[in-house]
Amino acid sequence: MASMRDIKRRKSSVQSTQQITKAMKLVSTVKLQRAKGRAEKSKTYFNCMYDTVVSMLSKAGDINHPFLKPNDSPKKAVIVITANRGLAGGYNSNIIKLVRDNEWNKDDLIIYPIGSKGRDTFTRLGYEMGEDYSDAIEEPIYADAMTISNRVLSDFAAGKVGEIYIVYTGFKNTVTHIPTRLKLLPIKIEDERSNEDKAVLDFEPETEDAIDLIIPKYITSLIYGAMIEAVASENGARMQAMDNATNNAEEMISSLSLLYNRARQGAITQELTEIIAGAQAIS
Amino acid sequence: MAEKLKLTIVTPDREFFSDEVDMVEFNTTEGEIGIYKGHAPLTVIVKPGILTVTQGETVRNAALHAGFVQILPEEVTILAEIVEWPGEIDEARAISAKERAEKRLSDKGSIDVARAEAALMRSIARINTAKLK
Repeated sequence: MASMRDIKRRKSSVQSTQQITKAMKLVSTVKLQRAKGRAEKSKTYFNCMYDTVVSMLSKAGDINHPFLKPNDSPKKAVIVITANRGLAGGYNSNIIKLVRDNEWNKDDLIIYPIGSKGRDTFTRLGYEMGEDYSDAIEEPIYADAMTISNRVLSDFAAGKVGEIYIVYTGFKNTVTHIPTRLKLLPIKIEDERSNEDKAVLDFEPETEDAIDLIIPKYITSLIYGAMIEAVASENGARMQAMDNATNNAEEMISSLSLLYNRARQGAITQELTEIIAGAQAIS
Repeated sequence: MAEKLKLTIVTPDREFFSDEVDMVEFNTTEGEIGIYKGHAPLTVIVKPGILTVTQGETVRNAALHAGFVQILPEEVTILAEIVEWPGEIDEARAISAKERAEKRLSDKGSIDVARAEAALMRSIARINTAKLK
């Protein structure tokens, strides 16, 4: 049996770890609330944006716009949103798995990482890397989403890439987060409404020019939305992971307490036996 | 007075404005536009400029920089990337941004003319809106 002192040391080390995980859980709970609030606030914007783009493209059905058809490049740009920090359970590795384990050919991909965990992993695995935007995920702002979408759209326009995807963790609710792969370009929107429901819309300037101007905004808003959802999911995942860690620590502490008390009792019994034996030997 | 139309201005971060208004005016790529109730359905792209909202006697101004607008007979939805009330504008910063952009434009062989021009238009819109306060 381990000595009393060893057990005590072990127990206090687990206790201080538990304090840290508890604090981290509280921090991510607060951050999660904030991120959720932001996601709610931006919902109106995305719904309006989506409606407009859908009605625009349903009208522009036959238009041969570069944004609506793939170009010849076999390359695919993949925007990968992960966290800058670990200790969030499977949050980062689920995203990495989603990029790695599918029908994509590794050599066809150019990774645009948002989040240093994804960046480091894909660099190590030898993927072709585009520009790194890891700072943006600390505090998602719309301007960052604009920079990123300009970057990938200009690569698309220049024929460097033929398709653009975004891989991020969708936020369904506090405990459910879904790693998601979304195709940004070329756009394919299925309009499920019947013809009568569609609002007749005219465009100023002409529809083609309008597509030129509105699609980048649409892409930007998708990237921004993905970033916001990813931040919410990250904090949700971390909250869960830290909650589990705190509970595990609790369990460990209680079993260590049991061990400690048993060792203490054993030590006392042994001491008594020794004293009595000593006394008997003298008399 | 004509009937009111419903105006909603949303940005990615917040709902900026939502109310019944008499008229709304702003700058588009095709020129300035003023909208009353009953306008033909139209989607236009915003150019940096002043947004004017008229509600009875009160007239409110804001700087509207980028986005697009969906106009329907009963309602108008402005999807703005950036929009600011006069109180939110840092005038000193806008003036220095204007000078910076002008300098860049006058520098021949500047790297990014389009960007400098956009910055110039934004700063001018901000300064003009701030003056209307």
